[in-house]
Amino acid sequence: MIAEAGHFALVLALFVGIVQSTVPMVGAHRDNTIWMAMAKPAAMSQFALIIFSFGALTYSHVVSDFSVVNVYQNSHSLKPMLYKVSGVWGNHEGSLLLWVLILTGFGSAVAMFGGNLPPSLKARVLGVQAMVSVGFYLFMLLTSNPFERMFPAALDGQDMNPLLQDPGLAFHPPFLYLGYVGFSMAFSFAIAALIEGRVDAAWARWVRPWTLAAWSFLTIGIALGSWWAYYELGWGGWWFWDPVENASFMPWLAGTALLHSAIVVEKRDTMKSWTIFLAILAFSMSLLGTFLVRSGVLTSVHAFATDPERGVFILLLLMIVIGGSLALFALRAPALKSTGMFKPISREGGLLLNNLVMSTGCAVVLLGTLYPLFLDAVGGGKVSIGPPFFNAVFIPLMLPMLFAMGYGPMLSWKRGDLAGASKRLIVAFIATGIAAAATVAIADGGPFFGIIGMAIAVWMGVSVLVEMAERIRLFKAPGKAFARLMHQPRATWGMTLAHLGMAMAIAGMAGAGGWKAESIQVMKPGETVTVSGYDFTFEGAKSGRGPNYTIIQGDFQVTRDGEPVAMLHAEKRNYPVRQMPTTEAAIHTLMTGDLYAVIGDSEGNEGGFVTRIYFNPLVVWMWIGSLFMVVGGTISVSDRRYRIGAPTARQSKSGKSAEAASA
Amino acid sequence: MKRKHKRLSFVGLALLLIAAAAALVLNAYEESIVFFHSPTDIIEKKVSSDRRLRLGGLVEEDSVQKKADAVVVFNVTDLSNSVSVRYRGILPDLFREGQGVVAEGIFKDGVFQADEVLAKHDETYMPPEVADALKKSGKWDAMGEEMKRQGHTPKDSK
Repeated sequence: MIAEAGHFALVLALFVGIVQSTVPMVGAHRDNTIWMAMAKPAAMSQFALIIFSFGALTYSHVVSDFSVVNVYQNSHSLKPMLYKVSGVWGNHEGSLLLWVLILTGFGSAVAMFGGNLPPSLKARVLGVQAMVSVGFYLFMLLTSNPFERMFPAALDGQDMNPLLQDPGLAFHPPFLYLGYVGFSMAFSFAIAALIEGRVDAAWARWVRPWTLAAWSFLTIGIALGSWWAYYELGWGGWWFWDPVENASFMPWLAGTALLHSAIVVEKRDTMKSWTIFLAILAFSMSLLGTFLVRSGVLTSVHAFATDPERGVFILLLLMIVIGGSLALFALRAPALKSTGMFKPISREGGLLLNNLVMSTGCAVVLLGTLYPLFLDAVGGGKVSIGPPFFNAVFIPLMLPMLFAMGYGPMLSWKRGDLAGASKRLIVAFIATGIAAAATVAIADGGPFFGIIGMAIAVWMGVSVLVEMAERIRLFKAPGKAFARLMHQPRATWGMTLAHLGMAMAIAGMAGAGGWKAESIQVMKPGETVTVSGYDFTFEGAKSGRGPNYTIIQGDFQVTRDGEPVAMLHAEKRNYPVRQMPTTEAAIHTLMTGDLYAVIGDSEGNEGGFVTRIYFNPLVVWMWIGSLFMVVGGTISVSDRRYRIGAPTARQSKSGKSAEAASA
Repeated sequence: MKRKHKRLSFVGLALLLIAAAAALVLNAYEESIVFFHSPTDIIEKKVSSDRRLRLGGLVEEDSVQKKADAVVVFNVTDLSNSVSVRYRGILPDLFREGQGVVAEGIFKDGVFQADEVLAKHDETYMPPEVADALKKSGKWDAMGEEMKRQGHTPKDSK
């Protein structure tokens, strides 16, 4: 009964969505306020209906209602509660329901808090939003109904894929989707602006926080996914340039570009049509990302069971959304007038370079991801494009931009002074030189891109700090530097933290990519293997039981120069319901790198096991860096300017800061 | 600077980047794109030993042998031909006899030297390349029977 009610709510939401995507649009066209006002209650009721629907599916999972196909296929009565709940979105149908839940949630947020938007813009934004959700409702109701029943009901479920029964992965899809769907807001605003024929600073002040929030969520989502692959798959790697990973990385690249170009629209009233284009691109990549993973067209190490029959519908939806919005863009974008002018060497120029490199990077990833599909479709044979391709193309493409990132914030708007900026960055240049030399000395040489990567990470980190030091006049007037630091706008804080985070992440990637050490062998109890100066002693394996699995646990004692460092417990689990083993790598994190051990099958009859031992240098900095980026994005979103929707008057701002200072 | 100049420098920079990307792509293309082969392809075509390949098919029943020093040898078959594969390391969790598998490495002296073995995350899932290889060798239907005999039901048949 609950499942049927959830299904019914979904159907109702479809019809509310159809009304919301037409009436307010027509109203905005005819300047009819009553028709436009329709959008708000419609958006709220869509959200309420989907909350109900999502709740119904969650309920069915929680009480293990095995007469619902979705629950039967993805759950099991013995599964821990956390995974019963995360199992709701751990499958195709449920994940789509989560998608529309977030979509309608964001839509109702615009309806609620969009009071300061021009009524016609608001009506159109919500109208476009509803069109997107109608597409998704149709897709769900026609091809992937999460509430389908089966008769007779099963006694117990087929259990969820054990690899997915993991806290890191339980929260990976929601964050990823919050990111994807967040870009739908930028998209709706972009399409609405194209219909209106007007883009101004107020528009950008609305788009920026949505983009920032989406970007931050997507960053969390990607980092969680990468972290999961790192410790759960037991391959010692964290990024495989796998199509599924690329699918989430492309919207991130486009979103990063959008984030930066929206600044130019807000501050300088230029680059408007380009920003609109990026908004369309970011959302198109999000849609592509959602569907690539679910459509079964990609061969991927991460591909879970998929259904190619949905492919046609997906392709149609993608064509309508992407084709339609690009056609509208071609038609209306020339009407958008920019007023700001700038020289190539200026902050605008720097942001533009960021945009172009990000978009080119996105295009390269797209090419590498879709090329095998394309070649296969024209009968050119089956190929796979993996890390060697992306490393050879993507990394050299990004390096110049990462270098330019040091300069960007140092240049002034309109007309920058390159020579002056270089002089101010002299400390960063020196630090970079030292870092490169130190890397070569400590690591005793090493791969070219590893050394370049370390150097560029130091360059970015130091230049960000130099920029902040100048901003607060740390060396010119150190007395009040701290007070000035505290009074920096949150957007500035956000930028500094995010750029620092990027520098840390690059250091982690360069370290782990360049100097990873690995050793595979058969170890008998008491035997020792040395990897990167750490001695791993195998102390034998024992068996045990978990809630819905059995365990073989191998213990390793790690020492360095005789001093104990850590005990590692690597596990191999077996989930009887699915007859499926999983590998649980043992990881001990140090600031200098991760000790990583995996246990395989037993070998011989003296208690020997195949073991795989890694030392992954600096990996932890990747996660710390991602955290900095997310915190930076979040602080930026909370900037006061976005909440009041108009530039703060000079006096009121200083008044506010005086207040804050006295408090 | 006039608007026209601004646009020109924008387009110039964009073209420069695209050219750089294209050069990098073409440069990487030869070395880093890995072609997929079925066991029949490997046996019938002459494959050079200095190119990386992907080999896909089913792990032949009763062919998996563990050797010393963590080496595993097994046969990959498309039910017409089979190729011997040598791999050193820990096999993926879902590696099993009779299941689909993809190995990456080089074919040398009659043995496929794999440095990477992929089996899928889900036990009911068949890699599309493997399915294709089986269809080409005309054994897809036999495979379907075999899968059913082992108790697998394709997910979408409700």
